[in-house]
Amino acid sequence: MRAVITVTGKDAVGILAKITAVCASANVNVIDMTQTVMQDLFVMSMLADISKSNVEFPALSDNLKECGREMALEIHVMHEDIFNSMHRI
Amino acid sequence: MINNSDILETIKMIRQEHLDIRAVTMGISLLDCVDADIGKSCGKVYEKIARSARNHVKTCEEIENRYGIPIINKRVSVTPIAFLAAAAAGNPVKFAEALQRAADATGVNYVGGYGALVHKGFSAGDGALIESMPEALSVTSKVCGFVNIGSTRAGINMDAVALMGEVILKTARATAGNSCFGAAKLVVFCNAVEDNPFMAGAFHGTGEPDCVINVGVSGPGVVRSAVQKSPGADISEIAETIKRTAFKITRMGQLVGTEAAKALGIPFGIVDLSLAPTPAAGDSVAHILEEIGLEKCGAHGTTAALALLNDAVKKGGVMASSHVGGLSGAFIPVSEDAGMIDAVTAGALSLEKLEAMTAVCSVGLDMVVVPGDVPAPVISAIIADEAAIGMVNNKTAAVRVVPAIGKKEGEILDFGGLFGSGPVMGVNRFSPEKFIGRGGRIPAPLTSVRN
Repeated sequence: MRAVITVTGKDAVGILAKITAVCASANVNVIDMTQTVMQDLFVMSMLADISKSNVEFPALSDNLKECGREMALEIHVMHEDIFNSMHRI
Repeated sequence: MINNSDILETIKMIRQEHLDIRAVTMGISLLDCVDADIGKSCGKVYEKIARSARNHVKTCEEIENRYGIPIINKRVSVTPIAFLAAAAAGNPVKFAEALQRAADATGVNYVGGYGALVHKGFSAGDGALIESMPEALSVTSKVCGFVNIGSTRAGINMDAVALMGEVILKTARATAGNSCFGAAKLVVFCNAVEDNPFMAGAFHGTGEPDCVINVGVSGPGVVRSAVQKSPGADISEIAETIKRTAFKITRMGQLVGTEAAKALGIPFGIVDLSLAPTPAAGDSVAHILEEIGLEKCGAHGTTAALALLNDAVKKGGVMASSHVGGLSGAFIPVSEDAGMIDAVTAGALSLEKLEAMTAVCSVGLDMVVVPGDVPAPVISAIIADEAAIGMVNNKTAAVRVVPAIGKKEGEILDFGGLFGSGPVMGVNRFSPEKFIGRGGRIPAPLTSVRN
C-alpha cells in the first residue's frame, strides 16, 4: 500500500529531516517526493510505501501530524488511491 | 507521481470546502425475518441487522482514516416493515423498537425502512403500520419512516394522501417536546427508489440483493468554490465546471463504496449522485445558485439555475461511477441549508417557488417547516401537489414537512446538528378539504403526447 504524505506550512530548516526520520522509524520507504515554495508557503508531497510499516496506518498518521504540529506544519497522510481516482480517468 | 496541485486540490476540498461522504448505507433484506409471531419476527430482525452490520461502522472508520475523507453517516436501510407486519399480528411499534435496539447495538446513526408501499392501495399490515407511525417515530430516536403513496405507473392513492396528512400532524404533536422531530424522520414519496442511501426515506427494496452497500456523496461547497473561480464565465462554461467538479466528487464516492463493500464482503450497489447540503457555512446548494448569479435563492431564474445545476451534477457524476442510483441530484432541504434558511427569512423563497424548484431537481419538498396549526387536509394537499409533479415528470418526489406545533410563520424551529433549524414558512390557507376528503385514486398519467 502506498500513501501520499502532504506537508504545508512555513518554510524552515530541517522539515524534510524530521519527517523522513518519522518515516524511517516506522519502516516506511519514501519512493518519490516533490517540494516547492509558493509565496512563502512550503508545499511538499511524498509518495511512501507503507506496506512494511511497523505501525498501523492511523498511528503513522498521528505521529506525522504530531511532528508537523511541533513545526507549525499541516500534514496529511492519505492512501494514494483517493488522488488517482479523483484526478485520473 | 500525482502532481502537487491535484493533491492540494483534494486536500482543500476536504478541509475547506466540506467535501465528505454523506452516507454509507448498508441495505439489508428482512424478508427472511417474517414470522406469524411478532415477538419472534422482531427477534429475527434484531439478530439479522446486528449480524450483518456488526462491522459496518468500524469498516467505515478505517476507510475514513486510510483516505482522509470524512464519512458523516453510517446507516442501515431495511425491507419495508409493512411486509413483516402483514404476517405478524400485534402492534407494529415493536418492530420500530427492534430496529432501534439494532441501531444501538451496531452504532449506526439511523435505520430506515419503517414504512409501506401503498401507491395503488393498502394490503394487510399497511394500514396498521401507517397508523402506528406517530408512536413508532416518537418512542425511537434512530428509526426513520417512509410511505410511498404514488407512482407514474400506478397514479396517486388519494386515500393514503389523506391519511398521511393526519399521520404527519400526529407525529409532530407526539414529538412536540422535541422540536417535532418525529416528522423530520418521516418522508412521503411518489416513485420511491429501492436503493436510496439517504435518510429519512431510505429503504431496502424487494429487488435488491440480501445485503448491499450504497453511498451518498456531498459537496455543495466544492461546486460553489469551482463556480466562484470563473466569475466571467457564460452558462455553458458554468455547466462544464460543475460537471468536472461532480466527476471528482463522485469518483471519491465510488472509491469509498467499492472499498467498503470489499472490506465487508458484500456487493457494492450504487453511488447516489447527490449534492447534499448541511447547515454549515459554505456547504449550501442555495449559495451555488446565488454564485451562478441570483441575488437570493428564490428569485426568478432560480428554477432555471437549479435545472442546470442538477443536470450538470448528474452528467459529471454518471461517468465517475460504475452504478448510479438512489435519488441522484441536488437536494434542497430548507432547514439543512444555510442559504435556503436565509432566503426564506429574507422573504425571497416561498413554498410555491420551492415546489416549482422540486420539478427540476432531486427529491422534493424537504425539511420544510410549516405552522403547527395548519389543518391535516392542507398537509395532504401539499403532498398531493408534490406527488403530482413526481408522477407526471416520471421522477422521485417526496415531502418531508414538519408542522411546528405552537409556532407561527416567521418563527424558528431548531432541530440541531445536521438537520439544522427551519424558519416556519407561510402556507396558503384556502381549504382543499373537499378535494382531499373525496378519496380514491388519481389515475396514472399518459406518458406520451407530453405537453
